[in-house]
Order: sequence, then C-alpha cells, then structure tokens
Amino acid sequence: MTTTPRTSGVQAGRLPPEALAENFQDLHAPLDHHEATVAADRCYFCYDAPCITACPTAIDIPLFIRQIQSGQPDGAAKTIFEQNILGGMCARVCPTETLCEEACVREAAEGKPVEIGRLQRFATDGLMSSGVHPFARADATGKRVAVVGAGPAGLACAHRLAMHGHDVVIFDGRAKPGGLNEYGIASYKSVDDFAQSEVEWLMQIGGITLRSGEGLGAELSLSGLRPEFDAVFLGIGLSGVNALRADGEDRENVSDAVEFIEGLRQTGDLSSLPVGRSVVVIGGGMTAVDAAVQSKLLGADEVTIAYRRGRENMSASRYEQDLATSKGVRLMFNVQPVAVYGNGAVREIEFEYTENTGSGLTGTGETFKLAADQVFKAIGQTLEGAPEGMTLDGNKIAITGAGRTSLAGVWAGGDCAAGGDDLTVTAVAEGRDAAMDIHASLMG
Amino acid sequence: MADLSTNFVGIKSPNPFWLASAPPTDKEYNVRRAFEAGWGGVVWKTLGLDPHVVNVNGPRYGVIYGADRRVLGINNIELITDRPLETNLSEIKAVKRDYPDRAMVVSLMVPCEEWAWKEILPKVEETGADGIELNFGCPHGMSERGMGAAVGQVPEYIEMVTRWCKANTRMPVLVKLTPNITDVRYPARAAHAGGADGVSLINTISSITSVNLDTMSPEPSIDGKGSHGGYCGAAVKPIALNMVAEIARDAEMQGFPISGIGGITTWRDAAEFLSLGAGSVQVCTAAMVYGFGIIKELNAGLSEWMDEKGYTSIEEVTGRAVPNVTDWQYLNLNYVTKARIDQDACIKCGRCYAACEDTSHQAIAMKPGRVFEVVDEECVACNLCVDVCPVEDCITMEELQPGMMDLRTGKVVEADYANWTTHPNNPSAKAAE
Ligand SMILES: Cc1cc2nc3c(=O)[nH]c(=O)nc-3n(C[C@H](O)[C@H](O)[C@H](O)COP(=O)(O)OP(=O)(O)OC[C@H]3O[C@@H](n4cnc5c(N)ncnc54)[C@H](O)[C@@H]3O)c2cc1C
Ligand SMILES: Cc1cc2nc3c(=O)[nH]c(=O)nc-3n(C[C@H](O)[C@H](O)[C@H](O)COP(=O)(O)O)c2cc1C
Ligand code: SF4
Ligand code: SF4
Ligand code: SF4
Repeated sequence: MTTTPRTSGVQAGRLPPEALAENFQDLHAPLDHHEATVAADRCYFCYDAPCITACPTAIDIPLFIRQIQSGQPDGAAKTIFEQNILGGMCARVCPTETLCEEACVREAAEGKPVEIGRLQRFATDGLMSSGVHPFARADATGKRVAVVGAGPAGLACAHRLAMHGHDVVIFDGRAKPGGLNEYGIASYKSVDDFAQSEVEWLMQIGGITLRSGEGLGAELSLSGLRPEFDAVFLGIGLSGVNALRADGEDRENVSDAVEFIEGLRQTGDLSSLPVGRSVVVIGGGMTAVDAAVQSKLLGADEVTIAYRRGRENMSASRYEQDLATSKGVRLMFNVQPVAVYGNGAVREIEFEYTENTGSGLTGTGETFKLAADQVFKAIGQTLEGAPEGMTLDGNKIAITGAGRTSLAGVWAGGDCAAGGDDLTVTAVAEGRDAAMDIHASLMG
Repeated sequence: MADLSTNFVGIKSPNPFWLASAPPTDKEYNVRRAFEAGWGGVVWKTLGLDPHVVNVNGPRYGVIYGADRRVLGINNIELITDRPLETNLSEIKAVKRDYPDRAMVVSLMVPCEEWAWKEILPKVEETGADGIELNFGCPHGMSERGMGAAVGQVPEYIEMVTRWCKANTRMPVLVKLTPNITDVRYPARAAHAGGADGVSLINTISSITSVNLDTMSPEPSIDGKGSHGGYCGAAVKPIALNMVAEIARDAEMQGFPISGIGGITTWRDAAEFLSLGAGSVQVCTAAMVYGFGIIKELNAGLSEWMDEKGYTSIEEVTGRAVPNVTDWQYLNLNYVTKARIDQDACIKCGRCYAACEDTSHQAIAMKPGRVFEVVDEECVACNLCVDVCPVEDCITMEELQPGMMDLRTGKVVEADYANWTTHPNNPSAKAAE
C-alpha cells in the first residue's frame, strides 16, 4: 500500500515527488522585466518617504524604484546594497506587509502598496546573478575584527568592516554559514540554495576569512578572542528553545519546530522526510506558521496551529496567517496545551481554553483533546551560551548605542542582542551599525 | 438626447468626429470600417500628383511614454499617400457612394503652381467628395520639396493657393495649418483673405522624440540616422487648444469656421476644442493607438455631457469658452485663493511639500506624524500642489471672500475687479477711472 496523506503515524513520502517539487517552489515567482516596469511605475517618489522609515535598514526605496523606472536595475541594486548587503535575502523573507509595504502611501490610498519587496528582488537578483560585486575595499587599516556567528547580523557586520579596510575573521559553530537564512527560513522563501550563493557573493568583497565549525564556548572563548583581535562582534542568534511545560512533553514525535525546519532546509530529498497525518504546531510566530505550512506541503492531512492568545496578539502577520489558511492549515486561538497523551508516541494533546482577564492570561478550566501524531513546539528561541561576565537584559545581551555590550571592545547585534524585532532585516541593520561603530572606535 | 450632427462649412455629418488625414484614412478598407464603427466623417489621407511619393521602409514612429507605457505622444516621418492617385480617387468615390451621410473631405498637396491645382481639383470633384482640405502643414519630407509646411509658413502663399482653389472648385475649401510658426493668426488670416471656408488645425509639430544612446541616432532610426518628424497625440493638445483659441478670438476672423485637431483622445478633449471655437474635430493618434472603437466613447461621452449641461446641439457648445479667453493683463488681481488640504483624503506622500518647498514658496508645513498643512502666510496660490497631489480633490483652492485678510500680503481682499493695467507697479498704468 502506498503512503498517502491519510496514512496514520509519522511517515515519509506522503506525496509523489512531482507534487513535493511543486509545493516547495518559490512562494512568489520573481517579477519579469515587464512586471517590474509596471510595478515600478506605481511609486510616487514620496518626500521623506514613509517606506524608508519603516525599513529597518532604511533603504532609499523611492530612489531604487526610480532607478528601475529609468532603466537601470543594477543601479537600483547598488542603492539597496549600500544600506543592506543582504538585500537579496530580505527581498524574499521580509514580512513587508508589516514593514515598508504597510507604510507605503498606496496602501493608504487604495489598499495595494507598491510591491517593494518584489521590486527589490528584481533589482538584486539581476546584479547578483551577473556575479558582479558592486563594492571595493578601502585601503587596509591593519585592524583585525572577530565576528562570531555567520548569520545575517554577523555577515552584515563583517561586510561593512571589510569595506572599510579591516580584516575580518568570521567564526561559526555550524558547518555552513548563513545562520537561519540557511537553517531556518521557510524553504519556499529561499529556493535554489540562495543562502549559500548569497554568502559567496558577499565574500567577494575580500578581507573576510570564514572559519566554520568553531563555536564560542566550545573551540573558542571570548577571553581567547579579545587579545587576538582589535574588536569582537557577537551575532550568535538564539540557539536554545523554550520548553512547553505541559505534561508528557517528552513523548515521541513531540519536537522543536526549528529542528524540523532545519531538516527540511538541509534535505536533498523531500520524499524522505517523515511527517504526521495529524500535526499540531504550538506557537504564534513565523516559526509556527512555517512549520505548519511546510508540514501541510509535505503531505500532512490535518495541520493545526494552536496559539494561546487571540489573533491580534499573534506575532505572525495577518498575511502569514492567511498564507497558512490558504494552504489548508487551521488556526486556533486562545488555547494552551496542558498534557500530551500517547503510549510512547504522542496520540492526542489536551488543550485548555484561555481568556485575557485584565490581570493576564488565565485558563478557563474548560478543556478539549485534539488527535495528533506529531507535535511541533514553536514557542520561541532563547539565547544560549552568552559569554561569562556579560550583562544581560532579560534573556538577551544588553547593549547600548550601536551594539556596545558591557565588555569593552565587544559588540553584539541580531537576535542575541536586546531590542529590535527578531527579523533578518533587523539583524542586518544591527550588524551594519555595529560595524560602523567599531570602525569609528578603531580609527578614532 | 443632444443632437450631435453638424453642418460644418456646408459639409454635413452625423457627429462632429472626423478622422484626420493620416494612415487610418489612407484606404477604402479602413474608411469603410471607420464609418461602420460610427465616425462622422474622414479627411482622406493627403493626395498628391503621380508619380506618388515613397515612404521609408523602416520605422516611421517615435514615442513618448507616460507611466505604464501609456502613449502620450508619437512623432512620425511618414509622407502623404504612397499609392497612385487613381487608386485613391476611385476608392473615395466608392466609399462616398455607399456612405452618403458621412463627411468625405479630401486632403490635397500638390506643387505651388496653379496648373497643378487645376489638374487635381476636377478629379476630386468627380468623386462626389464633400470638400477639400489643403495640407499646408506636413513638417517633414514634403516641406523640403516646397510643399506642406513650406507653404504653410508663408502667409502670402497660403492666400494665393487658397484663391486658386476657390476659383477652380465649387467644393468647400479648408486650409490645414501648421503649428510650426510663431503666431498662428497670420497664416489663418491669409487663409481667410484667400476665401477659405474654414481652417483645420493643428498639423504635427516638428520634433525629435528621443535619441538612441547606444547608436547615437535619433528615433525613429533608419539605418543609423534619424530625421525630425511630426509630433502629435495627447501631448500636443495644449498647443493646439491655444492656437484654436487664438483664431477664434481674433477680431479679423470672427465666426471663421475651425476644425479642431491635436491630441483629442476622449470626449472631454473634443468638448474643450468645441468650447474654444471648433465646429468639428478631427482625431488621428488616438484612433491609431486605440483603434476605431474609441468613437463609441467619444460619441456617448459628448452626448452625455451635453445632456447634463442642457446643450441640445453642437452649435450651442462651439465657442462657449471663447469670451473667457483673455490676455494676462486683464486677469483679476483681486481674486485671491489659498490651497486647502483635506486631511481625511490625504495619503501623506509629501509630494505637495516637496513641490512647494523646492519650487519656491515654502508654503506647506510638514508637521509631526506627516501632517501636511498650508501656511497661508506663504501660499501664493500657484496651484502646483493640486497638480502634483496623487489624490484627486484632496487639495483644493479656496477663494478668499471680500473682506477676508490675505495673510501673505496682509491686505484685505477687495470685492472689485482690478487688473495689471491699472496696478501701481505697472510703469505704464493708466489711472483707474
Ligand atoms: C523558523 C524561522 C523562520 C523565520 N522566518 C523569518 C522570515 O521569514 N523573515 C524574517 O525576517 N525573519 C525570519 N526569522 C527570524 C530570522 O531568521 C532571524 O531574526 C535572523 O536570522 C537573526 O539573525 P542573527 O544573525 O541574529 O542570528 P542567526 O540567523 O540565528 O545566526 C546566528 C549564527 O550564529 C551561529 N552561532 C550560534 N551560537 C554560536 C556560538 N556559540 N559560536 C559560534 N557560532 C554560533 C549560528 O550557527 C548561526 O550561524 C525566522 C526565524 C526562524 C527560527
Ligand atoms: C502617421 C501620420 C501621418 C499623417 N499624415 C498626414 C497627412 O498625410 N496629411 C495631413 O494633413 N496630416 C497628416 N497627419 C497629421 C494628422 O492629420 C493630425 O493633424 C495630427 O496628427 C494631430 O492630430 P492628433 O493629435 O489627433 O494625431 C499625419 C499624422 C500622423 C501621425
Ligand atoms: S511609500 Fe510607496 S509610493 Fe511612496 S516612495 Fe515608498 S514605495 Fe513609493
Ligand atoms: S504595426 Fe504592423 S506594419 Fe507596423 S511594424 Fe508592426 S506589424 Fe509591421
Ligand atoms: S500631495 Fe496630496 S496626498 Fe500627498 S501629502 Fe500632499 S495633500 Fe497629502
């Protein structure tokens, strides 16, 4: 008997390879030249444009769109990269509906913003696919900077430092660079191994050495790095995951959503990936949506996102929520898990309804059970391995100004640092700004 | 329902819309389909003497685009008809026979010698055509042979040729004017003096639309070289409207019939030409770009608007705006307005701010939260913000009533009309009476 979406248990190969290939292609096809021209013509070239303010990296959006309009997409790409060297990835993964496109005046005017994200992809894809790197290094300064973490924050920081003539060594505990661009972002947002080709393209600036498989707290220590380098930047992201705190959490087939997604991103054969018939994802962020949608695309029959607060509190945008429902994912609000049942492996999961009483979220006492042969936890990542002696702010590294930590000569940015949203584009902005601050203090 | 029919210089047509002399009127197949679509008349593509001219065998058109590749204007390097005279004449005759209610005007361009006109006029008359239009307008190709705009730029020639035509045919004679002159009233007066029944204007404007920056050739490029062409389409409407109005309000030419041409694209454009004195209108580029089907919108739109306004005939519309065309010096300097922004309609793009700030006046303030407000102390009422605002009616110009203070000048608005001729700053001001 062949495996289908309705086969029970956690099974691989629920869908034929062609269906899988189709499901995991680019979520938004790239704009072709004609579409880009039409889309670019809609920009009003606003004064002090609100879209720029809404972009964490403050790309000069009206300028780059005008460059597309006037027939110079490569010039547009350069405008983008000047502010955001990962403009290619950001064009694919930014929740534009809550950033630039939400602020676009044409959203206010007619509910249809200028397609900034797709135009950004049009421009950046063009320049990147021609292999051209538009920046050159300044004269060597003789200064050496260690960047820990090759995620968006670390890469942006390293590139900006290299551009200013510093020598940079990037250390990353993992085998491949890119951070969550490589291991976390949903497959259909970053197809064709884009994360790796982007890193290769970025490294063309020169002056950056990548040392993979060298982790802080393992092969390396901050006390070892500080004397060897003129400055250190930490962009180590959030590598821990929060616990569910529900009975039976340790049953088989209850796992972390990020791990599941990582498996998806790294596999060479989607039909070898097992997924449940009835999948329940617990959480309300982008990770929850990505795990749920990709479970569905792998062939799960029933997928439910269970979130403990109301829709308005969900950190995944309305657009992401609609994406999930359009793929057949069911969204449940105001439900929290209390127990996971099953004989060895999970079989069902019990939820309690919640309500928001003025004093916070409380259970109502009313419960129900959902069939589940696979449960994914997507309730947030935590900082793991913050170096000794570093002041924290909540669970993250405390910073002042452009990423200065409590330790002299050590900067931090991206998800591991306090403040800012946990987004690729925010990590890029923080990495870039820390680089400028490091540059200023080294050249002082 | 409004009656759209016209009797223009004795030529009747069921509506005022004629196809201008150009490729759409160059052959029987086209003109029949145009009439089937509903066009009121045509001016047949300009005929010349045999041997007929030849056109280039490469691109004929250059283009200016607006947003979304919308054609705003084109230029062309086409000549008059490149088909034998007899072919055209027999087709004209056949079409006119089958569509007796439509206007059939024949455009002509022959050398500036009386024998040539004497030769062609009887042949045209024989087709049963309703009238002729003398093409003194074509700015390229033909002018280099001493015809077209080369004649149209010399009032004496216009008068002379018009006189020959009037002497050699009973058909009404329209003179088509070139805009490639400094003051259109001179050629128009010459046509008037020569006995023309009316004028048609404008023909195309000498132009280079663009340069190919790779080959360094003007477009359209013929084997790496380009030549100036004739510009037409929506972009030329303002120039054409002004020329029509100049003739309509000229004291020497009171009531001289005008067929308005130049950039007419919608019924609204047509209504504007009529209001400035045209008795019929001609369309070329819009029909070329969108096809004959636009006549439905032109007819329906004009009729609808006339009904709304209570106009029952085209004559009632013709010239209605002419009394309101005046010279700058007579404009009322006591008419004071200020820009007003409707905050609910505003989408906060800041274009009004950029325009006002960088144009000169600094009369729009940008307040926290991207709130844009007019500074009455600085607003000169130029209207530029209204023009650049992407939201219609979001910015309007409000008239200050007499007795109100104009915060910019610190003066109370006066009720009386006062113009430059009596203004104290005018060195040659006449004392107010
Ligand atoms: C499933 C998922 C989906 C997401 N989808 C989106 C999305 O669609 N759009 C969006 O904008 N954001 C998305 N995000 C958030 C986004 O990926 C992060 O905000 C962003 O990657 C943060 O960048 P970073 O450089 O701070 O950290 P990371 O990308 O996490 O990179 C950290 C790097 O540091 C390395 N590292 C960690 N610890 C050590 C150590 N001790 N020593 C050496 N190296 C170390 C890691 O190997 C990694 O390469 C998503 C996140 C997840 C988990
Ligand atoms: C391709 C082309 C050929 C034309 N040929 C003639 C012509 O043979 N005789 C003529 O009188 N006008 C000719 N014209 C001018 C048009 O009749 C008309 O006066 C002009 O295009 C302005 O009107 P529009 O803006 O509606 O096009 C031509 C215009 C074009 C575009
Ligand atoms: S807000 Fe929209 S219209 Fe204005 S500049 Fe930005 S993208 Fe263009
Ligand atoms: S419009 Fe027609 S005639 Fe002209 S180039 Fe195109 S296909 Fe040829
Ligand atoms: S141009 Fe119009 S919409 Fe834009 S800010 Fe000004 S008033 Fe508002």
